[in-house]
Amino acid sequence: MLDSAIEIFTAGRNTARLFEGLAITLKISAAAVGLSILLGIPAGLLMSSKKRFWRVSLKLYLEFIRIMPILVLLFLFYYSLSSVFNINLPAVTVSILVFTLWGTAEMADLVRGAVTSLPRHQWESGRALGLSELQLNLFVIVPQAVRRLLPGVINLTTRMIKTTPFVFFINIPDLVKVAQQIVEVTGIRNPLASVWVYGVIFFIYFAICYPISLFSRFLEKAWQN
Amino acid sequence: MPDNPQVVLKITDLVKSFDSTKVLKGINLTVGHREVTVIIGPSGCGKSTLLRCLNGLEPIDSGQIELNGQLITAPGTNWSAIRQKIGMVFQNYELFPHLNVIDNILLGPVKVQGRPRQEAIIDAQSWLDRVGLKDRALSFPRQLSGGQKQRVAIVRALCMSPQIMLFDEVTASLDPEMVREVLDVMLNLAKGGLTMLIVTHEMAFARAVADRIIFMDDGHIVETAQPEAFFNNPETERARRFLNIFQFQELERRRA
Ligand SMILES: Nc1ncnc2c1ncn2[C@@H]1O[C@H](COP(=O)(O)OP(=O)(O)O)[C@@H](O)[C@H]1O
Ligand SMILES: [Mg+2]
Repeated sequence: MLDSAIEIFTAGRNTARLFEGLAITLKISAAAVGLSILLGIPAGLLMSSKKRFWRVSLKLYLEFIRIMPILVLLFLFYYSLSSVFNINLPAVTVSILVFTLWGTAEMADLVRGAVTSLPRHQWESGRALGLSELQLNLFVIVPQAVRRLLPGVINLTTRMIKTTPFVFFINIPDLVKVAQQIVEVTGIRNPLASVWVYGVIFFIYFAICYPISLFSRFLEKAWQN
Repeated sequence: MPDNPQVVLKITDLVKSFDSTKVLKGINLTVGHREVTVIIGPSGCGKSTLLRCLNGLEPIDSGQIELNGQLITAPGTNWSAIRQKIGMVFQNYELFPHLNVIDNILLGPVKVQGRPRQEAIIDAQSWLDRVGLKDRALSFPRQLSGGQKQRVAIVRALCMSPQIMLFDEVTASLDPEMVREVLDVMLNLAKGGLTMLIVTHEMAFARAVADRIIFMDDGHIVETAQPEAFFNNPETERARRFLNIFQFQELERRRA
């Protein structure tokens, strides 16, 4: 039985291709999470500000993105951009774009939640001590907002990683796509191929996402005061 | 009685509204050096708003506020500089939950006033000692009782070496058994000659601590009197009614 596994993972470039697939998965997730955090913070601050135009339009945007299945967005950007606007973006770029559109909306909502959940007194007692607005944000507001933000950001990151297999449908050879191809080819001679390959995939996802959530639990504990 | 006639705070014709509702309708008040002034009055009469106007947490509509002769209601006032001279303690415990006691206290002296950290620590420790929290410097706010938190908040304000301290019902959210420890700290500060403007609902405390009682109602100062005179024989009908209702509520509360 172990032989069948050894056969699969040593045949041709199977293992190397799995790692390439993993690299693509990680690249898309990391880029999308990074961009979402960068864009989501100002968007979230605008959502929690008094500026009505921004509050309403960002809220609409968030609802729209949440209703829309990711797959539809991927198809929309991948196929429609090229046929309607004649813009041909590489599939990986399209997927980063789509995941960033989604992640920014979620991130903005997280930031809004973190900032508005801070009691008004935190601002006032900081001001009463003579802190400038910059010092107030630096020493009082941001450290507390970041602590409140952390679980949500970690959750968004793992959700993002778990959602990337959708890029399969626009023909990106991510981890799951590669696995499927390997199973298709080796499965003819090796009936256990799907068990081995998808089993390995399972552990890879676990090995990535579990440390992330452990790390988050560690930080939450360290900050618990 | 103030043993020094020097004026610390002078408020002239202060008017403040929220939207179209006038909350302060022309307040005139002077607080002398080392004087303890206690403001009492029914809930909603504008006491908190008055204190918040004094350190710029609320913008005012008209009138003037002077601190040690300096007009602080002029446009372009540097509120950060003014607030360092006016200590304020609020009703709700408002320590910064992510910082321990000593870091809560040091934020002002070190970051705002730029004092050397070591020197500020010595100062903070001696204040903590005086309010009975000597061994709590490294505790986090969540590890403290309400009364302890309020004492830390008082120390945090004192460590800025303010010229006047404002207290807004600092015992109102405390469990009854913790009220005493906080009021004792304030009584000691009064004895030590700190200039204070106190809003409170604790009448026995007001009587004991005050050099002067200010009775406010509906955005006005209705009566200004010596504590004994005020509590034994209030001049105005409104003050009399307030004290009656208050005594009745106090009895009800004790019985409950
Ligand atoms: N931020 C605010 N916006 C609108 N109205 C306010 C605000 N703060 C206080 N008020 C109103 O001003 C009046 C005085 O409030 P306050 O100064 O808190 O009274 P007190 O401290 O004497 O109980 C109340 O009627 C209150 O509802
Ligand atoms: Mg009040």
